[in-house]
Amino acid sequence: MTALASRSARGAQGDTRRRLVVIGNGMAGARAVEEILARGGAVQHRITMFGDEPYGNYNRIMLSHVLSGEEDAGGIFLNSLDWYRENGITLHAGVRVERIDRFAKLVFSDDGRATPYDVLIIATGSRSFMPPVEGLYTPGGRLLPGVFAFRTIDDTRGMVSYAQQDHRRRAVVIGGGLLGLEAARGLQSHGVDVDVVHSGAHLMNAQMGPDGGAVLRRSVEALGIRVHTSSRTTAILGGDKVRGVQLRDAPDIACDMVVVAAGIRPNVEVAVTSGLPVERAIVVDDHMRVPDEDGIYAVGECVQHRGEVYGLVAPLWEQAAVLADHVTGANPKATYLGSRTATKLKVAGVDVASMGLQAPERDTDEHVVFSEPSRGVFKSIVIRDSKIVGATLLGDSRKVAFLTQAFDRGLPLPEERVSLLFDLGGPGEESGVAELDGDAQVCNCNGVSKQAIADTVRGGCTTLSGVMDATRAGKGCGSCKLLVRQVVEWAADGAVAEDPAAAYYVPGVPLEKAALMAAIRAQGLRSVSAVFAALAPGGTEDAKSKMGLASLLKMMWAGEYIDERDARFVNDRVHANIQRDGTFSVVPQMKGGVTSPEQLRRIADVADKYNIPLVKLTGGQRIDLLGVPKEDLPKVWADLDMPSGYAYGKSFRTVKTCVGQEFCRFGTGDSTKLGIEIESRFQGIESPAKLKLAVSGCPRNCAESLVKDVGVVAVDGGRWEIYVGGAAGAHIRKGDLLATVDNPGTVTLLAGRFMQYYREQANWLERTYSFVPRVGIEHLRAVIVDDAEGIAARLDEAMQRSVDAYADPWAERHDPFTPGQFRTSLPLEVLPQVPVR
Amino acid sequence: MSAGLHVLGPVDQIPVGEGRAYGVAGEQIAVFRLRDGSLRAVSAVCPHKGGPIADGTIDGDVVMCPLHQHVFELETGCSTTGAGPLRSYPVSTDESQNVVVRLPN
Repeated sequence: MTALASRSARGAQGDTRRRLVVIGNGMAGARAVEEILARGGAVQHRITMFGDEPYGNYNRIMLSHVLSGEEDAGGIFLNSLDWYRENGITLHAGVRVERIDRFAKLVFSDDGRATPYDVLIIATGSRSFMPPVEGLYTPGGRLLPGVFAFRTIDDTRGMVSYAQQDHRRRAVVIGGGLLGLEAARGLQSHGVDVDVVHSGAHLMNAQMGPDGGAVLRRSVEALGIRVHTSSRTTAILGGDKVRGVQLRDAPDIACDMVVVAAGIRPNVEVAVTSGLPVERAIVVDDHMRVPDEDGIYAVGECVQHRGEVYGLVAPLWEQAAVLADHVTGANPKATYLGSRTATKLKVAGVDVASMGLQAPERDTDEHVVFSEPSRGVFKSIVIRDSKIVGATLLGDSRKVAFLTQAFDRGLPLPEERVSLLFDLGGPGEESGVAELDGDAQVCNCNGVSKQAIADTVRGGCTTLSGVMDATRAGKGCGSCKLLVRQVVEWAADGAVAEDPAAAYYVPGVPLEKAALMAAIRAQGLRSVSAVFAALAPGGTEDAKSKMGLASLLKMMWAGEYIDERDARFVNDRVHANIQRDGTFSVVPQMKGGVTSPEQLRRIADVADKYNIPLVKLTGGQRIDLLGVPKEDLPKVWADLDMPSGYAYGKSFRTVKTCVGQEFCRFGTGDSTKLGIEIESRFQGIESPAKLKLAVSGCPRNCAESLVKDVGVVAVDGGRWEIYVGGAAGAHIRKGDLLATVDNPGTVTLLAGRFMQYYREQANWLERTYSFVPRVGIEHLRAVIVDDAEGIAARLDEAMQRSVDAYADPWAERHDPFTPGQFRTSLPLEVLPQVPVR
Repeated sequence: MSAGLHVLGPVDQIPVGEGRAYGVAGEQIAVFRLRDGSLRAVSAVCPHKGGPIADGTIDGDVVMCPLHQHVFELETGCSTTGAGPLRSYPVSTDESQNVVVRLPN
């Protein structure tokens, strides 16, 4: 009886698997779990993960790309929340583990939870080291406003939004290592002037010697980054926010922000508090096990193995594999014997590769060096007993593939050492790649081998981007892109197709937007198929290009556009938004967010009649009917008898408003009326990406106008401020003030002119929050408000043509445009077959 | 599933450049009518997340699933973006301009 009771208590749902708890949801913790799952570990283990950041798991190496704006913060996630769900992993995100009770086998977290474990993995990683500098913290113990670490997504987002505020002009980065240089380069892309203050005698002194450091310094300074070496920061100046930094033995530097990139320290608090052995980091044996603790493992940057603590990704991968072999019992003999570390990266736009020793240590070591500072090229190789024990390559990493493999495996070297640095009359730069083994892993994030890439190329895929799409190589941290390119070039035998497509408006037509528009106009091309026939190579259609071309042509030709339905995305073919199960969502127009009891009753009746599973308010103040089967769309529209709200298109969508002066005590302008006027005028206008607008009746901004593509705010004295380029979605950006005007008519005119300029100039799918900073608010003001280019009248006229060409797409309900336009495309129940003629 | 030829009705039920889905003897099949007038038939459900392939955008070679933009060759059903393959079926028209799909044995 007792035994029965305890058995049922343990497996509450009849689950008798071991409880595996992972503290840390970063690259090491998640990688360890992936390795465990890959060995079938889910059968043996019920997995729970704790992460003190409130997110899924992301690629920290990519933060510099997020900072520079090359990558979206959303794009660096390694495992989405779905991954945890699909693998049955319980994730406690935003929860910090405070203590482990090794005897009761429980972990205690700051949400008051006590979680039992049978096996525990500690993967707490590390955090930014904050050097002892005066003025770094406020009296309350927080970082002084304007001071940032560079370690997490939140740090990075904070830096971006701080740097983007207009008056932030100058930044100081403390630390001239890898991370510091990445931070400096990233900040430059936001128009910030940067100084790097480095305490070492030369840049990146952990990876290279003084000669390489000097060459790197020249390259970095050529980018406009000022470098101060052998220079220590003694204080942050400011008091309430950053105003400058004080250096030892050098004049102060005035600045608006400070980024601290002075190294990392392992997070070991939880281990120390819980009585585990900690020296520089948590001590582990060759099985990644904490000594004398059978069920506790540790992995990643929080670990000290044979006296070494690593701060790179590659060792972490090796450790995670060994750990998983032991946890799952897949290979009880697996041992981790330490890693030989090699870095190959683009640092601040300069190719840098470094491995092993920086300089000779023994009298018998050979040292082969080539230096050409004017080109930013430096190469150095240290050879011991005819094996490579160290190498540094700067500015030219064509030989990196062979050198890395020779370093890793101790390959025999050619007699003529200089051929290690250069290709001398040999088969060309691909020889380094040619010498790689087929099973050599080129992309470590996604585990893609040289062979897999070569097979893809030989299968007919000869562009870098094509191979990256097909194999996912280079789609993780991106550090291997150069090597992927080399392997592609080698496998294609020099026949690599270039990817100039990056600059094209759409991939299938080799023209940038301005040239494409000129050609379309010159040849009078009014349909998507005509554009392909006239301008695409071989007249070939391209599926990925159709939607962008359809949008562009509609903008250019308005009523004269020849509408080919196959050129539209399905949303625009059926005028509703496709959802994950193939049903659609329907959002009727509700101008300015205003509705009536009559409309509400009708919407309610429709929801009843068609068994709409979810009725929901949207962020744009409208009502969304979700889960509508495609074949019901025309009937739903007919019964609603309201126009389309355009919730599905790359187009003008909605104007959010507050109640304004009519009802609000504080309202200074009639925002509802203006919102309705704007929505009535611009309804359905196509654009490169969706457009969401708002009008607020006073500076309290209840309609959130400051974070809209176009936002209008009534200010006292009958005046209106117009903001453009705001966003509060995947990106957060406060709009820039375009103009302050004194009547609603001018608001509508300038908003329309801005939208038309955006429609003509922006890249396909480029939101205004990217477009406005790219072209600059001063330029926009000159063109749109001051008519500096003399095109205002033409822009207004072009917009008017589009406005005049408007027709409610839901009118197609009575007369489908194409046969079977609203027929289901997921015939889950076998359809009655079409009658045979 | 019954092998052999299945007549699905008039080809002009499929607009040029688009696809339509059919239930054929228990199989779900998307038939596309290319701009050159020829037909292609592949399974109607995306192996990635069950997206409706017949709602996809096509060109002369590929169809792109509307949910996550996975791309498949219309001729073979093979994915060029790393998803699993779609089944492909021989398809043609008969003398009365009806779509005819052949299900394999």
